Amino acid sequence: MDVSRLKPIDATSWTLPLREGESRGEVRLFADAGLLAAMDEKVLEQIGNVARLPGLVGAAMTMPDAHWGYGFPIGGVAAFDPDRGGIISAGGVGFDIACGIRCLRTDLAADDIRAHARGLADSLFGSIPAGVGEEGDIKLTPKQLDQVLIGGARWAVKQGYGAEEDLEYIEERGCMSGAAPASVSELAKKRQRGEMGTLGSGNHYLEVQTVERIYDEQAARAFGLAQGQVMVSIHCGSRGLGHQIGTDYLVSLAKAAKRLGLELPDRELACAPINSPEGQEYLGAMNAAINVALANRQILTHLTRRVFGHFFREARIETLFDVSHNTCKPEWHEIGGEQRLLYVHRKGATRAFGPGHPGLPERYRATGQPVIIGGSMGTGSYVLVGTSDSENRAFSSASHGAGRAMSRNQALRQWRGREIIDELAGRGILIRTKSMRGAAEEAPGAYKDVNAVAEATERAGLARRVALLAPRICVKG
Amino acid sequence: MEAASGYFEHDADIGIVGTGATVEEAFVSAARAMFAIQSELDSVQSVEAIEIDFEEGDLELALVRWLNALLAASRERGIVLHAFGLEREGARWRGWARGERWRDGLERGTEVKGATLTMLSVSHEAGGWEARCVVDV
Repeated sequence: MDVSRLKPIDATSWTLPLREGESRGEVRLFADAGLLAAMDEKVLEQIGNVARLPGLVGAAMTMPDAHWGYGFPIGGVAAFDPDRGGIISAGGVGFDIACGIRCLRTDLAADDIRAHARGLADSLFGSIPAGVGEEGDIKLTPKQLDQVLIGGARWAVKQGYGAEEDLEYIEERGCMSGAAPASVSELAKKRQRGEMGTLGSGNHYLEVQTVERIYDEQAARAFGLAQGQVMVSIHCGSRGLGHQIGTDYLVSLAKAAKRLGLELPDRELACAPINSPEGQEYLGAMNAAINVALANRQILTHLTRRVFGHFFREARIETLFDVSHNTCKPEWHEIGGEQRLLYVHRKGATRAFGPGHPGLPERYRATGQPVIIGGSMGTGSYVLVGTSDSENRAFSSASHGAGRAMSRNQALRQWRGREIIDELAGRGILIRTKSMRGAAEEAPGAYKDVNAVAEATERAGLARRVALLAPRICVKG
Repeated sequence: MEAASGYFEHDADIGIVGTGATVEEAFVSAARAMFAIQSELDSVQSVEAIEIDFEEGDLELALVRWLNALLAASRERGIVLHAFGLEREGARWRGWARGERWRDGLERGTEVKGATLTMLSVSHEAGGWEARCVVDV
């Protein structure tokens, strides 16, 4: 990215000045100069397009891990006011609605799993359906699926997949309100038939990790984290149902926008006013997909516990937090001293409520929300904590991952999957996957430096680092 | 223009390109490019068939609808597709595809979630058609 086009506000926040005759809202980019310089020029073009959408409140923003997406950039955040013509955009949420990370803490230490690492990796790989074409064992009737669309992780817990206590540590207490199964197409429902409890492909993973470093002792205590502790992170989303809702509404909202006279700078920003019938219909479908993602991660948590229980009969595996990073959610935010209900799009961005937020479980109320930045399979992931500053700076939002540094095609030209797997095995990281192509595309070198992303996130005041997690076992789709 | 499938660069996802003497042929080539991300198409056998039927007057949206209809049908039935055909009468599109259920021995590539409107274009160049868009993986 040509950084000379930007005006620095401080070392980690930048604005894009208006060109002569240009009319749009403010653009704000959070990153250090190094991360910005490495970003594709398209990030700037895409977030500039978002700033042209009606009803935008504050700035259209990008997080430090931003990269070129479709419609919104990945790492894009934008809030819209329904009472001022604000819109909801299918392109601002993406196909993998409520893709996110469930982070689990165990009472095991790195030494406990060392002797069982290969067996654990093989068992997880055998028990977690992962990759293109893989189906799960759970087949739902249409009536049961409608119950998932309404109930989310609560439905899963009722069916015996996990514990009631898990729900306390999932956004929305495991169940997104406002889901409208009637707004979900029959095709979307059919696509989900074999996909409950599946991981998916691409950048999705289930990773066994150990706490490598603690940055913030106080927050780590509140989160129940200690040096050397074994953790598990599950990264996946709403599977076929969410993909089909994205597909259905991308085209229908693009047509609705045209009919409603909304001038879109990019057709991928397909949207409708939040208060329009089209906007409400998409919202109901998207909320249903959020519930599918929450139920899916709950089922995968259950499968993970079952595998660990085979090796470690007494192990306790608790949910640290479950946070989605492809959503649009209604939230109250203070704007100019007034509380306003805004619809906050986070596409490849994590919600990061600070201390005292009423939406947080009691355990984290004084500390702030656990924020999870997933890294590549060879580097590491971060647990951070939401800050009060983030509310003022970015509607309580933070980075969600390392962010790609190169395209998948470039990665395929540079690496072979088998070589990546062998190299990581040499470093003590066990990869289990059916896709050699996927392993090459997901090579650690294809991602940005997650340490730089986490550091910039902290310096920008979006979230504060608590712990670094190092990968030990990674099941890839 | 010769029927051919290819790719263009995109940071997070994958740009697909299909070319052909007709717009239908270009769409078929784009479908091949998309499914080749998911498996090695030469290894797939024609065991099952699906049919696609839709109306769309906008050529660009028609490309996205064609690709997404194929993805949806393949995911719903748990099959991987490798052979495609498409005909058009005005705004009416009728297509078919053949493939087989996922089985051991088929290469597992990367799952495509959907065809997007990003970098979407259907253009008539000297001697043929080119269809392109970014697919989300």
